[in-house]
Amino acid sequence: MTLLAFDWALLIEKLVLIAVIVFSSLGIALYTTFAERKVAAILQDRPGPNRAGPFGLLQPFADGLKLMMKEEIIPNTSNKVLFILGPGLAMTAALMTCAVIPWSSHVELFDRKIELQIADINIGILYVFGVVSMGVYGIMIGGWASNNKFSLMAALRGASQAISYELAMGLSLIAVLMLSGSLSLKTIVGEQMADGNFWNIVYQPLGFLIFFVCALAECNRTPFDLPEAENELNFGYHQEYSSMKLGFYLFAEYVNMIMSSAVMACLYFGGYDIPFLDESTLAPNIAAILGVGALLTKIVIFIFIFMWIRWTIPRFRYDQLMNLGWKTMIPLALANMLITGAVILWRAGG
Amino acid sequence: MQALTNRAEGVSRKPMSFMERLYIPAILKGMAITFSHIFKKQPTIRYPEQKRPFSPVFRGLHVLNRDEEGRERCTACGLCAVACPAEAITMEAAERMPNEENLYREEKYAAKYEINMLRCIFCGLCEEACPKDAIYLSETFAPANYTRKGFIYGKEELLIPNPKTNPEAYAEAKGLK
Repeated sequence: MTLLAFDWALLIEKLVLIAVIVFSSLGIALYTTFAERKVAAILQDRPGPNRAGPFGLLQPFADGLKLMMKEEIIPNTSNKVLFILGPGLAMTAALMTCAVIPWSSHVELFDRKIELQIADINIGILYVFGVVSMGVYGIMIGGWASNNKFSLMAALRGASQAISYELAMGLSLIAVLMLSGSLSLKTIVGEQMADGNFWNIVYQPLGFLIFFVCALAECNRTPFDLPEAENELNFGYHQEYSSMKLGFYLFAEYVNMIMSSAVMACLYFGGYDIPFLDESTLAPNIAAILGVGALLTKIVIFIFIFMWIRWTIPRFRYDQLMNLGWKTMIPLALANMLITGAVILWRAGG
Repeated sequence: MQALTNRAEGVSRKPMSFMERLYIPAILKGMAITFSHIFKKQPTIRYPEQKRPFSPVFRGLHVLNRDEEGRERCTACGLCAVACPAEAITMEAAERMPNEENLYREEKYAAKYEINMLRCIFCGLCEEACPKDAIYLSETFAPANYTRKGFIYGKEELLIPNPKTNPEAYAEAKGLK
């Protein structure tokens, strides 16, 4: 009977939440591909895709259909298991991050208090890091399994880039953790929403800058898109991929963008906090919906900045990338961490 | 070495200053430039809906003309085919029968008239050669087809609609509308 004593409503609630969050992040990613093309076009004085549906809004579906219809090619010199595993891993790792992101406070439905977060684990941010660093396996396995020298080069670049920038990212994060004293994303957001506290960006401008640059590198976005450098490596690690496997790789990049935007919004920009508004005065359900809107707005702004940077800055050279990572970002992040620690100690003592 | 022009500028090899090594000011400057382009006017012409106006001497696809009473003007003299530098035009002549005066203007007409649009270079020499004003180049262009054969235009494709029976299509083909 112990099995039946389980809180089944919780299971259903979480399953619904997971379905909604995963599918809506996929939907947003779908339209992010469209937004990328539109933003690129507008920044370059072009109209962009405008033929499929009104204002070209059906373009992502047309793109998806095209990718599905393409011939599935698996090179006969490739390692077939790994070749198929690669894109799946990239996509899974990208989507898994959304489990710990607090999308909003809580809603009250059927006399239940439903948290709008799949899992509020107390090591949330460590989990994000673990999953994000797994994402590089998608690139490495894809590049290795293709059995193509360009793909392998790209995979090597991707791996070394991810390792070098994850260090600086982690160090810049420690400063945030010292401020909030918790690894749970919900607590970090709650801390920023509390009365008298500002968003972490006010306390950690340098930390945010470092985190942002590292997020660009982690997402393989320009100027750090060395693993898929079109003009030197023929699209790098996904050169041998076709059809929906290629689609998964391309799509994972956009899901990664959304997730890192969400993490940045939670860590530095108050998550689902609406500036200059006290949410506790609102009804909890309205506050929750407005909170989701606030977080989504922040995510959209970050995604726009990602794209804006992509269509402005050319790619780094490999040695410049490594120099920036090891000789600039890590010392800066260390200094930021030390200064934050010193200030916290000084304030606690004074 | 003496420079060929005085426009050449030497490459600066001096090490970057601190501000330059920060990258941030330069990146922000670049981003401001791209951002300003959001508000720029797009020079795009949305092609099938909007068309760029052609000059009056534009040479597009050929049209075989009719006179005011809807009779074909071509007499199959072959001067256009002779004038054609790409040898894109072929024709076969036929004699007008007594009851065909409303169809053909002269006693002789082209039973078959073909232009290979893949050979044609749109020079307009056929138009200049024609003594009867029977062929001229229109403003239509960019034909598309699935086969090479489809690019050999016969009389069905080339003849202008009859002004008597189908005046609207005639006016449109003439570019009067």
